[in-house]
Amino acid sequence: MSGKDKNLHIMMTESESEQEDVGKEGIEWIMNLPDVPMKLPPHVELQRTRVECKGDAPIHTDTIQYSGAFASMGFDNSLRLDNFRNNFKIEVINLKGDDIEFDMIGIDPALANAFRRILIAEVPTMAIEKVLFANNTSIVQDEVLAHRLGLIPIRVDPRLFKYSDKDAPNENNTIVFRLHARCERGKPRLTVKSEALTWLPNGSEFPLVSDKSIPNSKPQTYTSFSCSQDKLPEFSKNSIGPKDSDIILARLGPGQEIELEAHAVKGMGKTHAKWSPVATAWYRMLPEVLLLEEIEDELAEELKRKCPVNVFDIEDIAGKKRATVARPRACTLCRECIRGDAWEKRVALRRVKDHFIFKIESTGALPPNVLFTEAVKILEDKCERLIAELS
Amino acid sequence: MEHGSFTDETKSTFSMADEDHTLANALRYTLNQDPRVTFCGYSIPHPSDNRVNIRVQTTGDPAREVLKDACQNLMVVCQHVRNTFDKAVLDFNLTKAKEEPEGDISIE
Repeated sequence: MSGKDKNLHIMMTESESEQEDVGKEGIEWIMNLPDVPMKLPPHVELQRTRVECKGDAPIHTDTIQYSGAFASMGFDNSLRLDNFRNNFKIEVINLKGDDIEFDMIGIDPALANAFRRILIAEVPTMAIEKVLFANNTSIVQDEVLAHRLGLIPIRVDPRLFKYSDKDAPNENNTIVFRLHARCERGKPRLTVKSEALTWLPNGSEFPLVSDKSIPNSKPQTYTSFSCSQDKLPEFSKNSIGPKDSDIILARLGPGQEIELEAHAVKGMGKTHAKWSPVATAWYRMLPEVLLLEEIEDELAEELKRKCPVNVFDIEDIAGKKRATVARPRACTLCRECIRGDAWEKRVALRRVKDHFIFKIESTGALPPNVLFTEAVKILEDKCERLIAELS
Repeated sequence: MEHGSFTDETKSTFSMADEDHTLANALRYTLNQDPRVTFCGYSIPHPSDNRVNIRVQTTGDPAREVLKDACQNLMVVCQHVRNTFDKAVLDFNLTKAKEEPEGDISIE
């Protein structure tokens, strides 16, 4: 740092101490949090790190990205990688089955949103893309049934497959399923569920009718597999099938029949939502609820009653009832607690700008934690590709 | 790809095919955090065109090099996010295994 900057710093500390004399309880409390740098004046720091939810609208909602935004105050807003490394934290709150919830602390929304967007639109999965109907006498039309089939999540690791692009369907880019269901005459109606889809590791069984010029060769089918998929080490142990066995595809009346073959290929959510690996991937900023003054007795009772998600508790100290913030994480920022006369002076609702509560619900092809690492890898690949293009 | 002038390489617009807000917004963030950048922004000229333009103006360094550094920074950040996340998942699984040793835990 140059000498000029140092002077700025000294001036800064002086003005800071003045600011502290003015002192607000809420701000002091925030400044004592471990992840807030102690450099900017408290009121500017508050604007930089918190969204304040007022009765009419939230304020200070934007993040300040420009490196020189606080240059006049001697505060460097540029990205320092070592700073980022020291401040960045991830805490897994819950990881069970197909769901994960984790806290991502110390990152800009630009990056958090990039991960979310990639999770929804750019992490590949396998989904049924082509359906060959041999017979369909059910009341569900071909195109409707094909669409329903496309939306079934398939339990298979998409990283083991290639994009089919213009290649002929082979064992590296296509999974073939067969479905044959028939409701016999005189029997009750039959419900066809996704469990009826059976995996054909050898590829399509439907012969190609057009090509009859070579008489002694193997009959041509709609796929050209060079070997059986269940001989491959990845699939020999766990066979491929729909993730859920109880998705209803159609109901067959007596005498109705469906016979088809479904070809699943690799794709991305931006082409069609059926390839999206997540049911939802979303985040919210951590809510922060502060009591700006002691709230006691009837007011405490009223505050507790106001909150629909039960954020506040009442503790009994020497016969006095006092409101406390017990579960700020549950807060939905409905602003019910700051409605009405003078309540906005008693309670402050804020969001922490760099603390994200991230939730991923996988559809089942990959576990949710793997999905997130894949998403980050995809962003890295994008950067790498751009660097290669620029060089 | 790069649209600038031959005489002044500190100001350029980079046009990237097959990219959208995902990369452009993340890059704008890392570029803006670089002290050498005086202006940076992006636009998507037409919504049905898979293309994004990133404008970079610098204090003196070639815009191309600054953009490359921003990509490099973004990659380092991503790697750190990935490592931290993997560690956090591992920690979570370990503490969970300690709490309920019989429970089924998938470590991937």
